[in-house]
Amino acid sequence: MVPLRFLDSGETMLVVEFGSTIDVMLNERVLALDAALAGAALPGVIETTPTFRSLAVHYEPLVLDRARLVDHILELERLAEVTERPARTWTFPCCYTLPHGEDLAEVAARLALTPERLVELHTGRALRVHMYGFSPGFAYLGGLAPELAASRRAHPRAPHPSDAVMIAGGMSAVAPLPMPTGWWVIGRTPEKVFAPVRDPAFLVAVGDDIRFEAIDAGTFEALAARVAAGEVVARVEAKR
Amino acid sequence: MTPMLAVLSAGPGVTVQDAGRRGWSRWGVTGCGAMDPAAFHLANRALGNEAGAAAIEVATSGLEITVEGGALDVAIVGGDFDIRLDGRRLTATVGLRLEPGGRLAIRAGVSGAWCYLAVAGTIDVPAVLGSRATHIRSGLGGLGGRGLGAGDRLAISGARRVIETVSAIDAGVLEADGGPIRVVLGPQADHFTDDQIAAFLEREWRLSPRSDRMAYALEGPPLGHARGHDIVSDAVAHGAIQVPGSGLPFVLMADRQPTGGYPKIATVIGADLGRMAQIRPGGTVRFRAVTSDEAVAARRTLADRLTRPVRSTPMVRGELSTADLIGRDLVSGVVDAHSDDGR
Repeated sequence: MVPLRFLDSGETMLVVEFGSTIDVMLNERVLALDAALAGAALPGVIETTPTFRSLAVHYEPLVLDRARLVDHILELERLAEVTERPARTWTFPCCYTLPHGEDLAEVAARLALTPERLVELHTGRALRVHMYGFSPGFAYLGGLAPELAASRRAHPRAPHPSDAVMIAGGMSAVAPLPMPTGWWVIGRTPEKVFAPVRDPAFLVAVGDDIRFEAIDAGTFEALAARVAAGEVVARVEAKR
Repeated sequence: MTPMLAVLSAGPGVTVQDAGRRGWSRWGVTGCGAMDPAAFHLANRALGNEAGAAAIEVATSGLEITVEGGALDVAIVGGDFDIRLDGRRLTATVGLRLEPGGRLAIRAGVSGAWCYLAVAGTIDVPAVLGSRATHIRSGLGGLGGRGLGAGDRLAISGARRVIETVSAIDAGVLEADGGPIRVVLGPQADHFTDDQIAAFLEREWRLSPRSDRMAYALEGPPLGHARGHDIVSDAVAHGAIQVPGSGLPFVLMADRQPTGGYPKIATVIGADLGRMAQIRPGGTVRFRAVTSDEAVAARRTLADRLTRPVRSTPMVRGELSTADLIGRDLVSGVVDAHSDDGR
């Protein structure tokens, strides 16, 4: 295994870097250390941010000395082998037809796929939440079929609706909040990945899988009404 | 009766902020919080508030308020703003009692980009994900996730009386030494050649008008990258200085996204975040590299200074009273009304 790199961003954030690429095994190591650090509950650790290939530790250096933090991390990393963590597979309903799959026809044409084939490929695999970023609940999903590797738009499109399901750059994403984007909007889920007043506010943990299930526009409306009433309509089971 | 803070006018970017939304970056949630953490902290301390209590962050666009239903004690700390109570000019860092119907106007003054209006009590907006900080881009926190505007009302629960008379708050602990903003190089300094790092540190950068709570954009001769300008997205600290393909750096501020995909050449140290934040568009900035140990030492020095009692001096008819008035601890409640000596 490649040794860890410790990178400082100022005196309050230490980046533990496992590698420089997007890779499931690197991401597993990130999450294993993240879980071990959470378990250790070190005074002075404020929060951690797991990303594709690194774990950022936000800390208060007047409480926790950097050298001690590094020692703890090295010890935890030695013990924290890449073991089975409790991870889940979610099934998210997704409507790919209009008015929801706004860019589906255009991106299918670019990929030389029929819209039906694109949907088949997107629903055919469980996609892994590698990290969140960009905006609250914006989940980067890895494991996309290679046929769906569309490049990003040259210029951002108009803001997408809430809970858009998108592809670009070899990844998929779920984007809860409307934003301009360089991604292609291929569908929309009636489920809320992020609902600030719900407990839990976020449904899907980093490391969980999401499998999309195609629904028609009528079913979308029915499920959206149930979600609006406070129900969670995505199904969940233990992974593997 | 619960005083109601009523907004008479507010420019863009005036928001409720607190010490920030911590613990949610792993879900893509922005940390937010005060742009000048030390000034925000001092404003709360001047009133005896709990550390991190929500306050109003005022931008150079200005704010005018009144209060309804009861008097409200407030403290203003931050940049050198123009503060007027019922038309009377006060000093820029000040504690005062706003009586019902009174008008408090805060406008851009000589220098500084932000100031904090803390209230002796609790600004009654709901905590969202554990914080009252406003993040306008994602519509979270504060008053409906947006900036304040004319006609808005904020209930102040648990209002306390802590100010006896209009008093200048001693904000000497915030005083800038005028030196360069201190940075720790990295986390991706290895994406730049030594001469480009030297250029970054030698240049005088100008703050672009495109700067906001999310990022301060710097203008100057572009920097070159040694190893391309894209990295696999990783986490971003408050104060990280990222250099995208344009070669023009961005200092990532309180409303930064929690992750980003550009190399970060350096990171502003915590003790200088406030000084960085107070630079206005059009202003200039230089950077100086320090070690992590020096950054921690500067952090400790500032933290120690911020725990000292807050001293204040009663003001007479809008002017500072003479130096023979000894500064007092506002919170202790021993400040006398020294306003009748006719000087």
